[in-house]
Amino acid sequence: MTQLPQSTDRKMGLVIDLDTCVGCHACVISCKGWNTENYGAPLSDQDAYGSDPSGTFLNRVHSFEVQPTPCQSNPAPEAQLIHFPKSCLHCEDAPCVTVCPTGASYKRVEDGIVLVNESDCIGCGLCAWSCPYGARELDQAEGVMKKCTLCVDRIYNENLEEVDRVPTCVRTCPAGARHFGDLGDPNSDVSQLVAERGGMDLMPEMGTKPVNKYLPPRPKDTIEEQIDILAPLLAPIAEEPQGFLGWLDKALDKLPGGNA
Amino acid sequence: MHPAPSVIVFTTLSGLGFGLLLFLGLGMPDVTGWVAFVFFAIAYALAVGGLLASTFHLGHPERALKAFTQWRSSWLSREGWCAVIALLVMAPYGAGLVFMGESYSILGLIGALFSLLTVFTTSMIYTQLKTIPRWNMKLTPAMFLSFSLAGGALLSGQIKAAMVLLAVAAVVQVVYWKQGDQALAASGTDMGTATGLGSIGEVRAFEPPHTGTNYLLREFVHVVGRKHAAKLRIIAFTLAFVVPLLLLYLSPHHLGALIAVLSHLVGIAVSRWLFFAQAEHVVGLYYGKR
Ligand code: SF4
Ligand code: SF4
Repeated sequence: MTQLPQSTDRKMGLVIDLDTCVGCHACVISCKGWNTENYGAPLSDQDAYGSDPSGTFLNRVHSFEVQPTPCQSNPAPEAQLIHFPKSCLHCEDAPCVTVCPTGASYKRVEDGIVLVNESDCIGCGLCAWSCPYGARELDQAEGVMKKCTLCVDRIYNENLEEVDRVPTCVRTCPAGARHFGDLGDPNSDVSQLVAERGGMDLMPEMGTKPVNKYLPPRPKDTIEEQIDILAPLLAPIAEEPQGFLGWLDKALDKLPGGNA
Repeated sequence: MHPAPSVIVFTTLSGLGFGLLLFLGLGMPDVTGWVAFVFFAIAYALAVGGLLASTFHLGHPERALKAFTQWRSSWLSREGWCAVIALLVMAPYGAGLVFMGESYSILGLIGALFSLLTVFTTSMIYTQLKTIPRWNMKLTPAMFLSFSLAGGALLSGQIKAAMVLLAVAAVVQVVYWKQGDQALAASGTDMGTATGLGSIGEVRAFEPPHTGTNYLLREFVHVVGRKHAAKLRIIAFTLAFVVPLLLLYLSPHHLGALIAVLSHLVGIAVSRWLFFAQAEHVVGLYYGKR
């Protein structure tokens, strides 16, 4: 049923720390690895070893440069480089669910996870059109819509060790930039982290009410003046060469072949 | 948006076909027998041909019947219903005219209503998408409906109605283009809101997540054809509206009307190509593109 539930019991989702992410793409690879061999159709690649490779991924890491606006306290701020992982945000008001003509796309009442029932999907692509975040990709080999499942086949999987019952991207991240939990419970670790760090929504104006939150990068340290006691000894002595070297320099300049 | 030929053919042909069915349903022209047969054959060929073309871009066309299940929430599903109802109701109405010389006008009216609703629901599939500001405007359904009505009047040989409706459609087209050009800026969505980093300062795409292309770029970020947009607009406008209007005015006879119809068809197809090619999906912002 592609009508959205009135409310969900829990709002499971991710909190992504843009201050901590180092842009290593480990989450991208572990996501592809887990999801290509578990829930649903594999994530195919086309021309993987050729000149025009492309493939289906459920999580991708962009990098942005932000030039902070100068202000009184910092009139010449340094640019910041921010790595930006992006996957389905499991929106509360998910347009991808309501546009689906077949009922293949749905949002679960028990935990708020947005999933695609691949055997019902006709591959019309409309849900991907409706997602502002580019979180859905139509698999070229299978002709069905693929998206992040929040590793629904890990988080409740009693065959796994307890530490592994989190989305594989969270488990893999070497920087600890990804957190998983119930964002509907104000006392959960993730909710407190969001409150403490001013977690934000992407494109709030789209009205999708994303469950996943992003923690903004902290302001950069200012670069201090270098203190180097040896510096005076190493300062260049003569800008213009003099004496024999000066003569040589000029003589070489005069030779054909131009000066460097 | 990637201007997929299947979708352009579908919306152009079925828009015209359902426009013609609408006029036939209202008894314009008032024909029976062989003449009615030809009119209905053209209308069904356009409408059904368009619908078939629309299944070409599906990943699993064999499951298309499932698309009828979600009419409560999905415009695509509603479109399917309206189209099937219109075609099913028009069949006995057409058969009455062709074989018995009878006009079951109540069937015709219902068929006309559902033909109109089909075009409306098609337009709502695009209009509902907040992700594409150029489509997310009230003028989108106005454009689809006015094009379909003008085309229907033209095809059904209603010269006077066609001239008025073509003029209306032409105005809607120009206003649509004008408002559409400002839609992305007016939506308030930019790289700053997309990344949430806009509060810090100016955001620039530094490195994309992948070195090759992907589904998102192929489907949503189409910038190649846009450089000729201004020229194509003039071509579309001239062929879709100016030429047919002139022909109807100067020589509203068979050959003139035929050329008017063909010119209109090509013009609408070009306009529809622009409708897709010029539509910016906000996901492009994550790539620093639009
Ligand atoms: S991020 Fe996109 S795919 Fe995921 S729930 Fe929101 S709209 Fe749907
Ligand atoms: S691609 Fe599949 S999941 Fe998406 S809207 Fe179409 S049928 Fe539904």
